[in-house]
Amino acid sequence: MPKITINGKEIEFEKGMTVLQACELADVEIPRFCYHEKLSIAGNCRMCLVEMDKSPKPIASCAMPATEGMNIKTNTTLVEKARKGVMEFLLANHPLDCPVCDQGGECDLQDQSLYYGVDKSRFVENKRDVKEKYMGPLIKTQMTRCIHCTRCVRFATEVAGVPEIGAIGRGENMEITTYLEKSMESELSANVIDLCPVGALTSKPYAFEARPWELKKTESVDVMDSVGSNIRVDTYNWEVKRILPRLNNQINEEWISDKTRYSCDGLLKQRLDVPYIKKNNKLQKSSWDEAINLIVDKIHSVQPNEIAGHIGDMINMENALSFKKFFKSLKSENLEFREKNFYINPDEKMNYIFNSSIAGIEDSDLILLVGTNPRHEASILNARIRKTFVQKKIPIFSIGNPGDLTYEYEIIGDSTEDIKKIVNKENDFSQKLLSAKKPIIIIGESALELKSGGYIFEEFKKFLIKNNLINENWNGLNILVQNASTVGLLDLKILQGKNTRFSSFFDDLKNRKFKLLYLLGSDNLEIQKNDEFIIYQGSHGDRGAEIADLILPSATYTEQNGLYENLEGRIQEGKKASYPIGEALEDWKIFNRIIKKLGLKDKIAKFEELRKEVLETVPNFSEINELPKKSLIKTNNIETSFYSEKIFIRELDYYYTNSISRSSKTMSECRQIRQKIKKDGTNN
Amino acid sequence: MSVKKVHDNQPKEFKFSNENLKKVEEILKRYPETNKKSAVMPLLYLAQRQNDNWIPLAAMKYIANYLAMPYISVYEVATFYTMYNLAPVGKHFIQVCTTTPCLLRGADKIVKLCKENISPNENEISKKGNCSWMEVECLGACVSAPMVQINDDYYEDLDEKSTKEILTSLINNKPLKPGSYRGRKNTSPEKILISNGEKHA
Repeated sequence: MPKITINGKEIEFEKGMTVLQACELADVEIPRFCYHEKLSIAGNCRMCLVEMDKSPKPIASCAMPATEGMNIKTNTTLVEKARKGVMEFLLANHPLDCPVCDQGGECDLQDQSLYYGVDKSRFVENKRDVKEKYMGPLIKTQMTRCIHCTRCVRFATEVAGVPEIGAIGRGENMEITTYLEKSMESELSANVIDLCPVGALTSKPYAFEARPWELKKTESVDVMDSVGSNIRVDTYNWEVKRILPRLNNQINEEWISDKTRYSCDGLLKQRLDVPYIKKNNKLQKSSWDEAINLIVDKIHSVQPNEIAGHIGDMINMENALSFKKFFKSLKSENLEFREKNFYINPDEKMNYIFNSSIAGIEDSDLILLVGTNPRHEASILNARIRKTFVQKKIPIFSIGNPGDLTYEYEIIGDSTEDIKKIVNKENDFSQKLLSAKKPIIIIGESALELKSGGYIFEEFKKFLIKNNLINENWNGLNILVQNASTVGLLDLKILQGKNTRFSSFFDDLKNRKFKLLYLLGSDNLEIQKNDEFIIYQGSHGDRGAEIADLILPSATYTEQNGLYENLEGRIQEGKKASYPIGEALEDWKIFNRIIKKLGLKDKIAKFEELRKEVLETVPNFSEINELPKKSLIKTNNIETSFYSEKIFIRELDYYYTNSISRSSKTMSECRQIRQKIKKDGTNN
Repeated sequence: MSVKKVHDNQPKEFKFSNENLKKVEEILKRYPETNKKSAVMPLLYLAQRQNDNWIPLAAMKYIANYLAMPYISVYEVATFYTMYNLAPVGKHFIQVCTTTPCLLRGADKIVKLCKENISPNENEISKKGNCSWMEVECLGACVSAPMVQINDDYYEDLDEKSTKEILTSLINNKPLKPGSYRGRKNTSPEKILISNGEKHA
């Protein structure tokens, strides 16, 4: 490897690195504004100047490729003078409004001016003033503070794939704006707030809410979709003030979706704080004792097979296991977690996870989407596909029309007939698929919901195994589930006995076989309520609570510890950042109370026991935060029947997918704007 | 000078005329097929020519679609370069050079005359006649300072008297001839007509 000398210390670096990256290897910190690891290099802030031997002028280290034998100095008076000069220019037009700026305390400019700033300004002219720009309901702008690093422009064009932000004008008059001040049409738009090194782009919902040093930071995981983005939950007292991304190159890199970031105001609204019981057709406040007594009465009044349970989209694994054990003690087997009846084969882990892994998308050389819109179903995963597309120009195909995915793709069909042709090699595309070394097939819930959902999945699996595209090194079979809880619940064997692939639960529900329906945080299940008794246990007064006869308040994902398994089968820990509201309790505590009342004291399980059992139950478990172990490929011949059907990708109401986001004011604003765009093609 | 603002009254549609479409084809031939967007500047210029010397938003969108580039990129280019007009200008569009050499030779007086005779502010269409004016940076004719550019022509070696005459002629829609107003031919020396021992052109 080539060598470079930095401050007299010789280090080895990889070819293709820049001087700045080499300096980082040598543990030398270089101040910067425009340079960002995940974005292209702009080299326009000039803060990273360093001294290089044989160069008469200091060089911008972020843009200079490191080469063999370079001698870099970063601690000389020349460097300091140069950086001080740059800083003076940056501060010439930067307002001195740190006391009223939301970036204060976590501002790159503030931090770096501590080292390179001059206490007095020699700039006597008027400072530049720039009008605020409208960028949508999430991004607050104060463009006078902008230092023109263009990180936001590069993010929008490169990562988000919506080239809507740009720099207009020139020189002193340059301004950053969206095209004609429209709101940014991206699910990742709010990441520009994190990227902005100054307070030019700040968070609109979080404006003037708190200072960063006042917040308690809790590292957790997101449950808005199945990706399991790593987040940091910032709380002020017990209130969740904001959610920020945590760096995890395996999953979300440095980005999170807008829904992940801004649903948090929904954690404070529409909350269920005490148990409610329906009396005279009206929900009335009651006490825990009264509610639990009523549940026990109801349980005793029906047959075990008339009791059914449905688990919602944001339930952690401990709570789900506790629910399963509770149902076992009731001797009921009617447990379900799917919101629509889609095909899933829970026989082995490979059948329901994203086997290629999110980071593995970058290795692939062909992607086929089957009945899925990853942009809405898993925005972060879509960003990874786009990244791969931009870097390697890989061909991407889709069966069914998902709309704009921020990258180019080819629609190769819209019906199950097309899939039949592919797996029978009667199609040009089969050849492309076979000649690819690391193809990825992503099957979405919209495809699995079809009558031929089983055919689609099993035939693709057989096809890949037969052609050695599922092997020790590569597994291109991927299921994209939509809910954060789905994979974990499958691993806990919530579906048991009977025909688990297409469940009879939905038919039984339709035919009114159940007399007691227990909804555990489940708001997206379509129920035609009849005379069954519905218990809703959850955090928000949403669709589930609307039809319930009895409501038990429970904690949200930020208010309790719990394991979540993301779509790759990676188990991650969500941490308690705040406390349940009012009299609300963690779900497992509620089940313990009911079990106690039922007189089954030996069935009571503590949280630690539940967690231990979860980790023991999960197949192929390796370690927390790691991918599951690979299992041997079983070739099981499951016969499925083919129906000729159209593949229609169900459109997701992106900002309104779960009870938290539906309660969030910010999300409703985003949704309104999106609907307006759809209706008349413009916004603002 | 601040960021150029787009005009409030925008035409709904813009399309290149057939004649210009042929020119566009010619322009596109200069660039590789994969880098069509390199043609954005000549195309914007062509649109400006076609649309009475200014570029409406519809034209930017049209060009963006034509070259398969994002709207914002075309918008960035159009706002960056001062020679693209984003609001209507007069039929007689006067660009007064006010960079150092011209200013030393009295460009400020020309500006004053423009303010008096055409409109008190830049980029405002005059009440009488169809004129507008603006200050611009160096037009590269320092040798015959002070000077103004009116549409495509240079009027050079001006003083107050000649400027007034020119402006009056524009307001009356009978423009005077371009060139030097001190009787010079091109950029030749004024009195000594001999240089390098030969008679100068």
